[in-house]
Amino acid sequence: MEKFISREGLVAPLDRANVDTDAIIPKQFLKSILRTGYGPNLFDEWRYLDQGEPGKDDSKRPLNKDFVLNQPRYQGAQILLARENFGCGSSREHAPWALLQYGFQAVIAPSFADIFYNNSFKNGLLLIKLDTKIVDRLFKESEASPGYRLAIDLDQQSISTPGGEHFSFEIDAFRKHCLKNGLDEIGLTLAHADKIKAFETGRREQCPWLFN
Amino acid sequence: MVAQTLYDKLWQDHLVHEDADGTGLIYIDRHLVHEVTSPQAYEGLKLAGRKVWRISSIVATADHNTPTKDWNKGIMDPVSRLQVETLDANIKESGALSYFPFRHERQGIVHVIGPENGATLPGMTVVCGDSHTSTHGAFGCLAFGIGTSEVEHVMATQCLTQKKTKAMQVVVDGVAGPGVGAKDIALAIIGKIGTAGGTGYSLEFAGSAIRALSMEGRMTLCNMAIEAGARAGMVAVDDTTINYVKGRPLAPTGAVWECAVAYWRTLKSDDGAKFDSVVTLDAAAIQPQVTWGTSPQMVTTVDGFVPDPAKEKDPIKREGIERALKYMDLKPNTPIVEIKLDKIFIGSCTNSRIEDLRAAATIARGRKVASNIKLALVVPGSGLVKRQAEQEGLDKIFIEAGFEWREPGCSMCLGMNDDQLSPGERCASTSNRNFEGRQGAGGRTHLVSPVMAAAAAVAGHFVDARKL
Repeated sequence: MEKFISREGLVAPLDRANVDTDAIIPKQFLKSILRTGYGPNLFDEWRYLDQGEPGKDDSKRPLNKDFVLNQPRYQGAQILLARENFGCGSSREHAPWALLQYGFQAVIAPSFADIFYNNSFKNGLLLIKLDTKIVDRLFKESEASPGYRLAIDLDQQSISTPGGEHFSFEIDAFRKHCLKNGLDEIGLTLAHADKIKAFETGRREQCPWLFN
Repeated sequence: MVAQTLYDKLWQDHLVHEDADGTGLIYIDRHLVHEVTSPQAYEGLKLAGRKVWRISSIVATADHNTPTKDWNKGIMDPVSRLQVETLDANIKESGALSYFPFRHERQGIVHVIGPENGATLPGMTVVCGDSHTSTHGAFGCLAFGIGTSEVEHVMATQCLTQKKTKAMQVVVDGVAGPGVGAKDIALAIIGKIGTAGGTGYSLEFAGSAIRALSMEGRMTLCNMAIEAGARAGMVAVDDTTINYVKGRPLAPTGAVWECAVAYWRTLKSDDGAKFDSVVTLDAAAIQPQVTWGTSPQMVTTVDGFVPDPAKEKDPIKREGIERALKYMDLKPNTPIVEIKLDKIFIGSCTNSRIEDLRAAATIARGRKVASNIKLALVVPGSGLVKRQAEQEGLDKIFIEAGFEWREPGCSMCLGMNDDQLSPGERCASTSNRNFEGRQGAGGRTHLVSPVMAAAAAVAGHFVDARKL
């Protein structure tokens, strides 16, 4: 996984609650056996006017000009501002893949769904939970000022607005460590291989029915 | 000793290691694998030069992409076919305890085949790259969905790192009325706590109405725990659980069975165990449920009405209702029973088990699918469910009524195969998600129980199945 580097980025506001992973990346794109190629189909049903299919040339498809990511002012956005319960529904990891491959590096929302939250951090996509009132303000500010950017400092666990305000955010120490160093979590777990083997041996004795 | 919740016990029994900050390393007993979320995990494993830690923990099937008719033609869609063939190749190369490939007599939806083969046993940790893994909590398991990175992590280490969630007890006491089933209870709970109400929690369903449910009903309920945002849903082990498990192909036998049962009987919350949150519902007050919007929490009763956004004070919620009604093409204050349907789907990991099909068949028997219904599908959850239903003559009841009787798979729950809604079509569905485009781009989904779906099929619009 790529290291997360603290940086500033253009903000795109997606003003709806309960954005589910079916909306983030529709099912037809889940047929791929690859990890890449999902960016053009992020929010496919909202982004295009026709129906997307694997193998279709997305650059030739008609765009829904009303959709926030199609507006000229949000081109090149790296930070997605969202509402509560972002990423609910299906466990598809294709959702954070699509967000990252589109160019997002962080999503800010009042709350995230559990599996999506896990999946995102495993891929280096930073999810920042902020109080609903702060998120409300960021929505208003970003919509009012074209070119609105936020600076994210992972070390300090803080975001800064163009007006010089700072908001701190919580992040689990282990997730932060993995994100900052781009660590392979499997490697970290395998450092406990002896413990896992010992646990397994005990379990095999206590619950032999689990080891057929 | 401190009184423990069922979740506490399951957590503790699987805890390999715990860091100072409370991050746990949890041992995984059962890993269910399907074609959609596994190819990149197998590839990752290979690229890192790693092997599957414990092959006998893996039970696999192909379900999401598989067609539900013309099986003799194979999988026509080349993209879907490649994904299914990739699973075939990966299992062939790395191995599994059991594999039920496309067209195998025991193939089916991963959350149906696990329990019916005894691959899901009480007290297990069960994971799968699929959010509806919460289903297996019905057996007193700690079961949850994971993403592809975690699928690879479990393959490589047999463990997952995670922090313990909070515990919520959902108590449903009383006797549910006739025609009110587990699906209605599940939707009523989600209507009450919301789709984020369970975020950060594992739910334990308890109370006399839950105890009275069959294993099929408990699976339906736990299946929908994810739609309340919970990590997991679970029900304590009792005679119903043990009787269901007994004699399944992968269940223990003889002396080991007795030993297992003695352990399984401890899998319940202790008296006086503390939950972080408790929610209560009265089963007798639950009516048949119908969703009207694009989130499972947008739900009402069959005698209810489409809500009026003008009455909602919170601007974000109001906008949410307006957006949902626009997508669903519904007018505020419309009686639910006046909503006409185009398609009917009876199936999915929520409601495709034998009990669901029997319930739907009681409504379909001797009736005909209404003329405005373009397609009414019955998709059994597995080859075994299909065979049993056919032995009971349920297939004939459905076919005579005008339903199509299909081969098992996930089918129109998410429409990765040909079973989809066309833009603008409206469907009464026994599945679990009514998100925009879930069953096909532009399709409109109303979630209901199997009896309510069958009743909608014969009436052509929603109707209280109890009044037929």
